[in-house]
Order: sequence, then C-alpha cells, then structure tokens
Amino acid sequence: MSALLEVRDFHVSYGAIKALQGFSLSLEEREIVSVIGSNGAGKSTFMNAVMGMVARDRGEAFLDGRKLPARSFQVVRSGLSLAPEGRKIFAPLTVLENLQIGAFSRAKQSGARADMEWVFYLFPRLKERVRQLAGTLSGGEQQMLAIGRALMARPRVLLLDEPSLGLAPIVIRDIFNELRRVNEEGVSILLVEQNARQALLLSHRTYVLQTGRLLKEGPSKTLLTDPEIKSAYLGKGQAP
Amino acid sequence: MRKSLLGNAALVILGLFLALLPLTGYQEGIVVLLCINCVAAMGVSLLTGFTGIFTLGHAAYMALGAYTAAIMTARWGVHWLPSIVAGGVVAVAVAWLIGMPTLRLTGDYYAIASIGLGEAIRLILENWQSFTRGARGFPGIASYASRGVAAALFTVLGIAMFNLIGSRLGRELKASRDDPAAASLMGFNTTASRMKALLISAFYCGISGALLAGYMTFIQPSMFDMMKSTELTAVVVFGGLGSMSGTLLGAAIITLAMELFRNASGIVPYIPSFISPKWTGVLVDFLTNLSQYRMLLYGLLLVGVMVLLPEGMQGLWSFARKIFSWFFPDTGRPDPEKEGLR
Repeated sequence: MSALLEVRDFHVSYGAIKALQGFSLSLEEREIVSVIGSNGAGKSTFMNAVMGMVARDRGEAFLDGRKLPARSFQVVRSGLSLAPEGRKIFAPLTVLENLQIGAFSRAKQSGARADMEWVFYLFPRLKERVRQLAGTLSGGEQQMLAIGRALMARPRVLLLDEPSLGLAPIVIRDIFNELRRVNEEGVSILLVEQNARQALLLSHRTYVLQTGRLLKEGPSKTLLTDPEIKSAYLGKGQAP
Repeated sequence: MRKSLLGNAALVILGLFLALLPLTGYQEGIVVLLCINCVAAMGVSLLTGFTGIFTLGHAAYMALGAYTAAIMTARWGVHWLPSIVAGGVVAVAVAWLIGMPTLRLTGDYYAIASIGLGEAIRLILENWQSFTRGARGFPGIASYASRGVAAALFTVLGIAMFNLIGSRLGRELKASRDDPAAASLMGFNTTASRMKALLISAFYCGISGALLAGYMTFIQPSMFDMMKSTELTAVVVFGGLGSMSGTLLGAAIITLAMELFRNASGIVPYIPSFISPKWTGVLVDFLTNLSQYRMLLYGLLLVGVMVLLPEGMQGLWSFARKIFSWFFPDTGRPDPEKEGLR
C-alpha cells in the first residue's frame, strides 16, 4: 500500500500565476513513472518542487513514509537525486570530478569507488572520457554524465527532468535504452518528459499534466493507445 | 596524492629559500612584506577566485588582525605567537557576524556591501580612541615579524591552502561558484559553503595583518582603507581567478614592482656606461622621479595585464605560446587556408 515516493496535493505559484494546482503522484519500488505534458504544463515546476528548489504553497511529499525536508541539499541527502533540465554539469571540471561531486551527499564515502565502476558499466562512453573537461562532451554524453552524477549519490529514486532536451533522435533512443538498464539494476525512476512517445514507451505508469492539473493517469501501455493522448501528444507521424 | 606531496615539498623549499637566503636588511624587509601580501592574497583568492564572491573590503580583516596582535603584545604583554593566532581568530569572529546577514547577497551586491563593511570597521578603529588610539596610530609594537616567522607562517598557511583547494571542501566551493543550483542538487549547502570560504579568507587576512603589525611596529587605520582592499582583490584578479599559484605569482610581482617603483633611484649606479651622457641624464631624471608616478605605473600594469592576459598570470603560458607563434607562424595548428584545403 505505502508507496516509495508519495507526493500529495502540490500547489506552487509564481506570484499571481499558479503553476501547479493540486498535483499528486505515487511511485513504487523499482517502478518507472513518467509525467508528460506540453510546454508550461508545470512539469519542471513539479520536479523542482519535489527537490525543494522552489517553495510550494501547499502539499507534502513522503519518501518511504518519511516526510521530505524543505531545502534541496537536505532532500538530496535523504535519498532523491535529480538530473536537472539542461543537465547543469560542471563544465570546467573533468568527467571524473563531476562524478566525485555527485557522491558528496553520501553518508559513507566508501562505496563511491564501486559505484563509479557501476556508472562506467552503465555508460562506458564516460569511462573513455574520464579525464576530459565535461564542457567539451557532446550533448548526449553530457546527459549521460548528468545521469551518472545523479546516480553517484545512490538515490532511492532517480529523478530526470527532460533527458531528451536538445538531443538528436538517435541519441535520445540511446539514452532511454540506458535508462531501462538503470531501472533493471533496481533503481526507481521518476521521469518528466516532453517527448511523450519515448516516455510512454519507457515507463510503467504515466501521469498527464495540463496547466498545473492532472489530466489523466494510468499504465503507459493503455495511454499509448488512448485516442485523446494520441491526438494531443503523440501526433500521427513516426516521431521517435 | 603524489601531486600534492610534490606541491607541499615545493612550498617547503620555497619557504626555506625565503628564510635562509643571505640578504641585506632592506631585502629582508621585502621578503617579509612578500610573505605578508601572499598570505592575504591567498585568503582573498579562496573567496574571490574559488568561491566567486567578489570582495572590496578585506583590508578590514587585516586591520582587525593587526590591531588585535598590536594591543595584545604591546599593551597586555602577551607573547607574539598566540597574538598572531588571536588576530586571525578575531577576524574570523567578525567575519561570521558580518557574513550571517550579508552572504545572502550574491555577485555585485556583495561586493558593494563589502565596501561599506570594510569602511565601517576602519572607521570604528579610527574613532574608538580610548582603545585603539584612533587616527594617531598605534606605536611601539615589538618587531616580532622576523623573516623566519613570516616565511614559516607563509609556508604553513600555503600548504594548508593548497591542500584545501584539492580537498572535498575545495570541490564544494568550486561547485557552488560554477552553478549554485546544481551544487545544491548535489547535496551541498551552498550558503554554508560560502560562509566557510569567508571565514577561512578572513583568517588568512587576519594573520597577514597581525604579521604586518609586527613588521611595521606602527599601525594606523588609514593603512587599511579601501585602497588596500582593492589592491588585495586586484592582485588576485591579476594572478588569475581560480588559480592559487597564479595568485602567489601575482602577489609577488605586484609587491616587487611597487617596491621597485618606490626605490627606482637605487638603479642609477647600475646604468651601463655605454649609454651616452645625454640619455643617462634622461634616465636618471626618470628613475629619480619614478616614485611620484608609481600609482600611475601600477594602474598601467594592471590594465596591461587585463588586456594582454585576460586570464591573469595563469594565462602566461598560453600567452607565451601565442607570441611564439607570431614569430614562427608555421608552428601550431595547420591553417586550412594555407594548406589549400578550402
């Protein structure tokens, strides 16, 4: 019954503009849950509110039944880790240093070395470029680094904000395949995506967000064939 | 690991070199001043270069260190070593009180606040006549900052600083400089990081001020005005932001250049004899009057470095390569135009 991550009734506003008006979500252990929606639906706001990057007017979040703290560094330490929108890697630092920084929030540093091997196993491309400055990586590699860096914290839940942003379709497919492997390794994933088709194909369950409110939720397979979702978010073509 | 051992050994050798080199009294004084300026510059470099907080008021922490050490040694008769440490500690305590409300400011706003705070501390020292003797200055400080003491403190603090910037704390500071939002997503408490950087930099400046008091034997508040604060930050920018060795190089060059400008007439006996008497006269005139124009030259030096080496002295290497490629244009990367690859 009790979910791994439980978000209840989030309300967030920027001045007079209400970005989220009562959004709830739950995520089970080893599950991939995605949140899709168009521009300005409140997806990133939701992610930032969970992480404590923006203040919320109302609503609470629970990890393993324990209430999540308010400030972002405390949220990270309690077991959530976000690969943020636009990646936000430390461009002047090397790949290795970026990964080391990712392990900062761990209570015990001892497992960090083993986890770095694990990240290299998941993303072999990063191992090839371990001494390279992160800013000189390609977009896809930077996204892999952002995900790897988030994994270095050994989070209970990995949060991903628009991992497909600005990437070529073939790279997007690569990244999403990697994410499936990460999940098969036992990591629960909460994904926010504008690329609805990829998100629906990857995730187990999906929430559709529209102007700050829940439009629909259900198993991703069902939503893939839902006529309303199809016409609004998937289009007719064979977009990746 | 091996890299940091090598760096530590290099600093120890540099310290021994500074402490044991046979020098005249005047040259010894320059070495002491060099150590004092380097300690302060390292502190400001940590804050400005590594944490991205621009300050224009750090001379105030030097003043606090100087007055603490002066009052403790000259008035209360405390030994100089605990007095120097106390100078650092008092600077840290005041920095903490100031940092609590002001470190919420970022970027230019903190720089502006730091001007006011620096001046406020100087004005308090100037007007608290019963305790500090105010603008008349504080005389009769024992001359405890010998060359050995200054070199030893420089070495110890230098090793501590170089190890700090390579440590977890160093990574934490750089992360919150490069992207505060991303740093907080890594689990860094960025407000606390900024505070740590401020406290450490205040400690270095406090120690530096305490040494200055023991070197000058007379201090007055006007020695620690905004001019001095600006100089501290200028030295760090001059050396290159985010480079500790660049900071040391910059501090050394500025200190030596200022000393040279001050005493340029000392070069007169060394003017080679093959220069015609007319030009010798011009040179002697120029050198004897140079000290009047030293601030002008200092300004020119800073502007010149900013134009030619936008990354400061740490960019010296790439600058040298660029100059080299002017003279030998064929070295370096192949030019597609010339190779006929259009």
